[in-house]
Formats: sequence, structure tokens, C-alpha cells
Amino acid sequence: MSNLAVKVEGIGKQYKIFEEVNRYQTLRDVIVETVRSPFKTLLNPTGSESFWALRDISFTLEHGKVLGIIGKNGAGKSTLLKVLSRVVEPTEGYAEITGRVGSLLEVGTGFHPELTGRENIYLNGAILGMRRAEIDRKFDEIVAFSEIDKFLDTPVKRYSSGMYMRLAFAVSAHLEPEILIVDEVLAVGDAEFQRKCLGKMSDVASEGRTVIFVSHNMSAIQRLTQECIILDHGKMLLRAPTAEAVDFYLAHDFERGGVRTYSADEIPTSADPFVPLAVRVTDGSGKAADSLRSVEPIKIEVEYKLTAPAKGLRVGVYLMTTRGEYVFTSFDTDDPEKFEKYATRGPGRYISSCTIPPDSLNEGRFVIGFNASSYKVRRYFADERAINFDVNSTGAPGTQWPEVRQGPTRPRLGWTIEEK
Amino acid sequence: MTTKEIGLPKQASTVIIKPSKGWVALNLKDLWFYRELAYFLTWRNVKVRYKQSVLGILWAIIKPFVITVVFSVIFGNLLQVSSEGLPYPIFSYAANLPWELFAASLMAISGSMVASGNMISKIYFPRVILPISSVLSNLVDFGFGFLILIGMLIFYKIPLTWNVFWLIPFILLAMITALGVGLWLAALMVRYRDIAYITTFLTTLWFYVTPVIISVTTIPEKWRLLYSLNPMAGVIIGFRYSLLRIPFGIPLYGVLASAGIAILILISGLFYFRRMEKEFADMI
Repeated sequence: MSNLAVKVEGIGKQYKIFEEVNRYQTLRDVIVETVRSPFKTLLNPTGSESFWALRDISFTLEHGKVLGIIGKNGAGKSTLLKVLSRVVEPTEGYAEITGRVGSLLEVGTGFHPELTGRENIYLNGAILGMRRAEIDRKFDEIVAFSEIDKFLDTPVKRYSSGMYMRLAFAVSAHLEPEILIVDEVLAVGDAEFQRKCLGKMSDVASEGRTVIFVSHNMSAIQRLTQECIILDHGKMLLRAPTAEAVDFYLAHDFERGGVRTYSADEIPTSADPFVPLAVRVTDGSGKAADSLRSVEPIKIEVEYKLTAPAKGLRVGVYLMTTRGEYVFTSFDTDDPEKFEKYATRGPGRYISSCTIPPDSLNEGRFVIGFNASSYKVRRYFADERAINFDVNSTGAPGTQWPEVRQGPTRPRLGWTIEEK
Repeated sequence: MTTKEIGLPKQASTVIIKPSKGWVALNLKDLWFYRELAYFLTWRNVKVRYKQSVLGILWAIIKPFVITVVFSVIFGNLLQVSSEGLPYPIFSYAANLPWELFAASLMAISGSMVASGNMISKIYFPRVILPISSVLSNLVDFGFGFLILIGMLIFYKIPLTWNVFWLIPFILLAMITALGVGLWLAALMVRYRDIAYITTFLTTLWFYVTPVIISVTTIPEKWRLLYSLNPMAGVIIGFRYSLLRIPFGIPLYGVLASAGIAILILISGLFYFRRMEKEFADMI
């Protein structure tokens, strides 16, 4: 018997783009259309054009290996995971999966707010394909992992979002599949929870199980995976050992001269009414640049459009090192006054901008990500690697010594020296 | 080791993913593997319904009961509709109860895909589990409503006989009919959302070609065979026969034929649903 867990041959997935905003139609539309132009409707019953979200994807994965999938928004990562977990059917190609598949496409699917924690553990477990006996056996472990023991018999609608996420992840994490498919789980929750999730993921990987892992967190990708696939516009660009793939990805994907603009096909319909237009990094003179000085202020601008009012919208930027470590996260309505003033933003064009004060960053390469969300309500859009830039530290504190300073920041700390 | 624990034969766990074309097999093995999910979803539907409402379990009883009271006043008292010599309330309740099982199941099934869109677009499981658990949770309601029926039989001093066991095939017939028609509607509704209106309309029309209000003997003799082809007519008549010993009044082969029709609708519904299943996650 071959040792392949996953074998994918020429998988492709075609989606139809409907002319109308609605993805579904009404019978009335179909009847009206058929009467109006019978041949057109019969030949092309959905009245739509199509595009390939994935095309010609082929790879194999041995049991016990951890494979990372990286790519921009809309590159086809999620579609590939959905095909592999049998949520959607491919349009062409063939794949063979040997072993029980568990997918964490989104934790907490099927959770019902009215049911208690205990009830949701059973329900969610069953939805994920666990047997009752299996859930019984792992019940205590799940409760311990999620730290909700006191609230076990409280309806989950009364849980804090942190408790909710912990419980949801705990159920999924105890599924113990032979092949685990993970998408974006680590993008949620607080730092402590993310550490815990990553820990659980590396446990799974070290137990010799097969993992396919999609994440924007390059440091998690580097820690957990041995090999990566880079997807771009639905095609497979490269398969390489992780270090090489991450280098390739960072080198090719980010070079945009201080401006990142968004075209319509990069914006998922789920972003509506938020339409990202551009992200810019500008230097002290206001010019967009991808190489900046640490002694000058660095301005980050996010330009976007709202097609409808958005309640509680907040636009946030995060700064990361290219190794994927966060330097900071900040939102445009962090200031309570702004939070009140912009409780609802009407339709129109906006620029949210902020400035990193001079003498903040160390030399090196940084990545700016941004997202638009309404706290606890929904996340409209996120691009975790919108743009990157270099910082050079000429004139920064301590540059009289040509040594490399540790850490992502290089603040001017106002040292005093007193002789007593 | 994990495979052994969950009782999955290692060989059977290779899954082939490829595009399906046209009509596909029903994949009953997969359905069997996920049977516990049907149980949990049924249990969730029942639990959530009773948790969300103050009256809780009473809702299952109140609806057919209130309808029976209204019907008894309008049709029994004012219009003097024939109830085969029995008190109109029990005559009416014996029909309202299975009709409610059918109509509520049909509504729940037809909307079940759209209501669970989130699950469908995130996780794989045989989608037909959702309609099945919709029927089963309505069967639980039916069970509570049945307790009232027993109370009424005692009140009107109508003895239960062994005939009561004939209810089982008729309950099954009501469920099969609801599931068969519901599967067609559920699959269509993913594509065409106005099926929701059609479902309401269809249920109302269906109500009037089913002898819920009237006795089947009111129908002219020559139309009765045609009338009996409606599976729900068979169900209502069967209920009145099993509980109240009201004679069938329609040819038995007509009822059998209607059961055959219901089974055909179910099988075709299962296949149509299965054929459309692959599009659900894309369309929802």
C-alpha cells in the first residue's frame, strides 16, 4: 500500500459569476428570461459567466507530513481546502484521500447559542463526524482544554467571545483525524489562545499525523510546516521546502513601491459594503516609498469606500516583521472620542491614516496588514500582508556602533547617567 | 489506532474526490455512518424550539388543539359538517394531528437547506441528514400532541382497540410524503428562493384536497378513487379508521396506490436532491 495521504491530480474548480448581486435566482427570473430569450437561457441557464478559482492543481502528500499553503486573498487557498474536505465538488480533476479527514475551516460551525456548553460539545462533535462514544471519552479533556468547566451548563449565548472560541477550538482540536485541514483558525482569539492553538497544532503534527495548513501567519507556517505550496490566481506557482517558499513569497509578492491597490477580483463578495482601495506607506515628506528612515515619521494610510452605512466599523493596521512576529496592532477608533463620533460610517470614500512616530522601528523589513471589522459582529475584509517596506536606521540611537540591534523596535529612550 | 477506535475499517477510509456527472448513487453507506448526526440534529431542533419559547412543550399541543376548537365551532356547530355520528372535536383532532405532522415537516424540510447554510458551506456531511432530522423533530411534536388525543378519547369514552396499531403505517406514510415532496422543494429552494412562497401555497391547496375538515363520504362516489390517490387523504382516513373506527369510504387499493405514489416521490426526491447536492455549498 502506498504511503500517500493525499493525492491530487489536476483539480480545478469553476465558479459562475452571476450577473445579479444575488447568488441565487428566483423562479420568476428564470421564467421571464426564458420567455424573453429562450435559446440563450437554455444554452446558458444561469445567465452567467464563469471563472476558475482553481486550475491544474496536482500534488501528493505523504502520511505524517505537514504542508503549508500560502497565497494572497483570492488565490484559491480556501477553495482548495473546501475541495479536499468535500464541502464543494471540483469541476475537473481527481483526488484521493486516505484516512479520516477533520477540517477546521471555521471553528464553532453548528454551535447553537441557546444550547449549553455541554450540549454544544456533543452537537458540534457529531457535526464534525465524531461518534457519541468518542465524545464521551474525550469530554473531560475538551472541557479542560477550553477552561469553561464552571459554565458547562450555561447557554453559550452568555459566553464571552474568548470562551466561545476556546470551546469551539477545543472540540475541533480533539477530533483526532488522520488528516487535519486547517484554515485561518489562528487569526482569531487573544495571544494566549493563539499560543495554545499553535501548541495543539504542533502536538498534532508531532504525533505523526498529516496536516494541511493555510495561514497568513508566516512564523506559524515556518514553525509548523516542512513544505509549502504557493497559490496565485488559482494556479500552483511553487512547491518547495518552507524556508525557500516563504522567501520566494515574501520576495515576489510584496514589492509594490509603498502603494498597494486593490482590484475588483481581489475583493470577496463577503466584504460588502466595505471596498478596499489602497494602502500606502509614506515618508516624512508625504511621498509613498518602500524604503524609509527610522528617524522620520512613517505614515500608514488605508483608503476605502463604503457602499452602505457600516455600524461599528473599525479599520485596523498591524505591523509585523517578515518573520511574522507582531510589532503592534492599532485601530482607527481606538480613541474613545473617535469611537463615539464614527459609531456608524455612512456610504462614501474614506482614508484612515496613522503615523508611527520617529525613532520607533529598528532597521529591517516590515509588513503592514490591515483589516476592517465590526467588533464581534463581522469581519469585512482583511489583508494580512498588504504591503511591506524597509527601514534603515541611519541617524538612529546607537548607530555609531555598526552592530545589529536585537528586536523590532529601536526607541530613543532618553537615557540619563548620573554620577553619584 | 484512531481508525480502530472509531470502528472504521482502514480500507474503507479512502475517499475519492472527483466531479460527478448527472444522476449519482444515493451513497446510503455514508448516510448510515452519519446516523448519529441525524439524532443530534433532531435533538437540537426539539431542544432549541422548547428552550426559546416560554410555553415550551405546550406549543406542540396548543396548535392542533386551538385549530380543533376553531374548526369545531365553525364546521361542527355553525355549518353542521358531518362527522360520521361522532363528536366533531375528536373527528377533527384525529385529522388535524397527522395533518400538522405533515404540514410542519414539509415547511421545515423545504427550508432546511437555506436555514443551515452556514454548516453546508463549511463542513461535509450527507446533506439529506438535515431534511431527515426536520421530519424526526416534528415526529416528537406529534408524540406530545398524541397525548392530548388519548385524553380526548378518554373524555369521549371511545375505547382504543388493536386497530390503533394501524396508525404506524399511516404515520410513516405522512412522513414519507412530507420527506419526498420536501426533498424536491428543499433542493429547488437553494436555487430559487421563491419556492418558499410556493411551499406555503402548495400546503394550503393540499389541505383543501384532503378530508381534514370534512368526511370523505361527502365526496361524490365517482370521484373517490381519484381522491384516494392523494397520500394524505389515505393518512387522514387511516387515522379516523384506526382510532375512531370510521370505515374507509374509499377503495383500499386506492390507498395502496397512493402509498406507492408517495414512495415514488420519495425515491425521485432522494435522487434529485443527491444530484443537486453538489451545488449547495456553491449556491448558499
